[in-house]
Amino acid sequence: MSTGTTKLDVVVSDVVPVNELVTRFHFRRRDGELLPTFSGGAHVVVEMRDGDRTRLNPYSLMGSPLDTREYTISVRRDDVGRGGSLFMHRQVKPGLEMVISYPVNLFSLDLRAKKHLMLAGGIGITPFMAQTSQLAGAGGNFELHYTCRTASLGTYADVLQQRYGNRVRLYHDDREERIDLDRLLSSQPLGTHLYVCGPAGMINWVRDRAAALGWPPETVHFEHFAAPQPGAPFDVELAVSGKTIRVGEQQSLLEAIEAAGVDPPYLCRGGVCGQCETNVISSDGKFIHNDHWLSEEDHRSGCKIMPCVSRFEGKSLVLER
Amino acid sequence: MGITFRKETFRDDYTFRNSPEHIRRFPFPFNEDAYMYAVNIEPHVVGPKGSVLENLIDVDEHYVAEMQDRALVLAEDPLRCQSLPHMTLAGWDLLELLMEQQALGYPEHFTLERNGDRWRWINRPLGIDDTFTFGDTSTLPYGPMEYITRQSQGDFCILDQRDGNLWMDAGMVTTQADWSLDFDIGMNFFEWHAPVPLAHEKGIFTRALKFLTNIQQGKPARRLNWTMTINPRLDTSPENYHKWGPDRATVTPENVGDKVHLRVELQSFWRLPRSNGIVFPIRCYLIKMDELVTQPKWARRLHRVIRDLPEELATYKGLTRYRPTLVEWLSKLDDGSPTSPGFGPD
Repeated sequence: MSTGTTKLDVVVSDVVPVNELVTRFHFRRRDGELLPTFSGGAHVVVEMRDGDRTRLNPYSLMGSPLDTREYTISVRRDDVGRGGSLFMHRQVKPGLEMVISYPVNLFSLDLRAKKHLMLAGGIGITPFMAQTSQLAGAGGNFELHYTCRTASLGTYADVLQQRYGNRVRLYHDDREERIDLDRLLSSQPLGTHLYVCGPAGMINWVRDRAAALGWPPETVHFEHFAAPQPGAPFDVELAVSGKTIRVGEQQSLLEAIEAAGVDPPYLCRGGVCGQCETNVISSDGKFIHNDHWLSEEDHRSGCKIMPCVSRFEGKSLVLER
Repeated sequence: MGITFRKETFRDDYTFRNSPEHIRRFPFPFNEDAYMYAVNIEPHVVGPKGSVLENLIDVDEHYVAEMQDRALVLAEDPLRCQSLPHMTLAGWDLLELLMEQQALGYPEHFTLERNGDRWRWINRPLGIDDTFTFGDTSTLPYGPMEYITRQSQGDFCILDQRDGNLWMDAGMVTTQADWSLDFDIGMNFFEWHAPVPLAHEKGIFTRALKFLTNIQQGKPARRLNWTMTINPRLDTSPENYHKWGPDRATVTPENVGDKVHLRVELQSFWRLPRSNGIVFPIRCYLIKMDELVTQPKWARRLHRVIRDLPEELATYKGLTRYRPTLVEWLSKLDDGSPTSPGFGPD
């Protein structure tokens, strides 16, 4: 059976510029009913119909899970990406009818934690907006360390400080403020869980230091949706469906497969959930693996690819789709 | 028209019976004349009217008696209901799910009124009318999971999802086929399935776990499982083995039809929205051989399934002692003619 999610028909109820890069979008159900309850850390996949092209991008829900009258997401404009964020910023206005997925949580709180230590970088703040709301409502113990480039790009820093006071610490790159990570990780009470969401470099740095300082891997949680990267176009043969497709420069392999009328399962479209894992039947060329799902061994073997984020360069590629 | 709830017992004098309508709606688990494990999971969507799938949470004529039996089990052994400290939020998720589903499917028996977080729950069959604050455990007589599962047929396991595994961290288990929540609490998916024969070698649990950890909100799934029980006893727990284990030696050719019961579990799997856990309701249906063989197709097919069952499975399901007697009895109802495809009676 398909493992995809149920869809929700929504209408954009508000569009709010937050700062020069980030805009917030509010969604309500078209039928006026409440949206499904969700848990902090969940994302939805937003379908963007842009002419004859459909993009599907995941965004963390950032509202309070206690309020399901509307969902809110925040989108950071990426001027060199594949155009999803530009579409959101330029085309999406209040009143637009859109389709989003049911919420899916791949970055869940571990509710056994005695304390939740959260590290956010840039737009990686969004899942923590929902998680802190959830924990605050339940009297949970958390501490949030948030790194941003400048004060004006510190999306929601003011809101968070107002809500949670000194449970929120800010670090501004332009003032050369840095988290003293080793000290922070070394001074936590037993039973603390660590959560990190931000750029890949930050996630790797935090995971490496946590491992070096003896944090058990099951206490370190991270969310890293690799946005699909643009790249040179390439051709692919889909052996099961008997189709040959071309993956455009701004298109992901998964999007190209879908555009050909083949629907592999997916949840995150960011290389972490494993749903769209696809077997390679034959290849002559180089894989550009961008996922966090396959093992290094899988990557080396050339037998598997995650079409949501990974690409290919070379003569021929035949997939079991 | 509502359900007429039977007055009956699942112990001592064993007055449990299925009405003729309930015999026909019994979830017979064999769609062919042989049985082997498979990952037989399908979407849990509403099925035909008059079947146990008419509503996603089924309430039937045994509801009141089953809830009374559960209360008796809990009075003797409170450890049948356990919830680790981090599972309270999942308990609220389950309370919401069961109240909503029961009120939706059986409005004449159950009513849920929601006014913000102030909720009123009316359960007419059990004479309950409670108003409470959703999320505030102090406003209920029990924790949220225990409160609602004292009012819902079937066992319930709540699984916490973390580290790519599922953990049996809460549950209400009083109608189980010889397993113990008190023993399994805190175990992960592979640990609590360790005793099952054959399936590990087939890689079934690895695939099943991958499927279950990806269950999505709004898209529950289900499967059927089965065993057999002597006398209509819901509580066939390891804790009470001394009470029911010896019954297996009491089967004779004369009493097979009355004593031997097919026991079918409708297992469903639901993502819980606030806790991101999974709830796993295990709903037990019992039918005695005399009732089952009123459907000739089922009689023929059950004969063939039990006769040809691999020895390891017969042992695991505890049938060894009385299997020859049962097969002999069923063989008289099997003229060798073909059975129609599918689960249902002809």
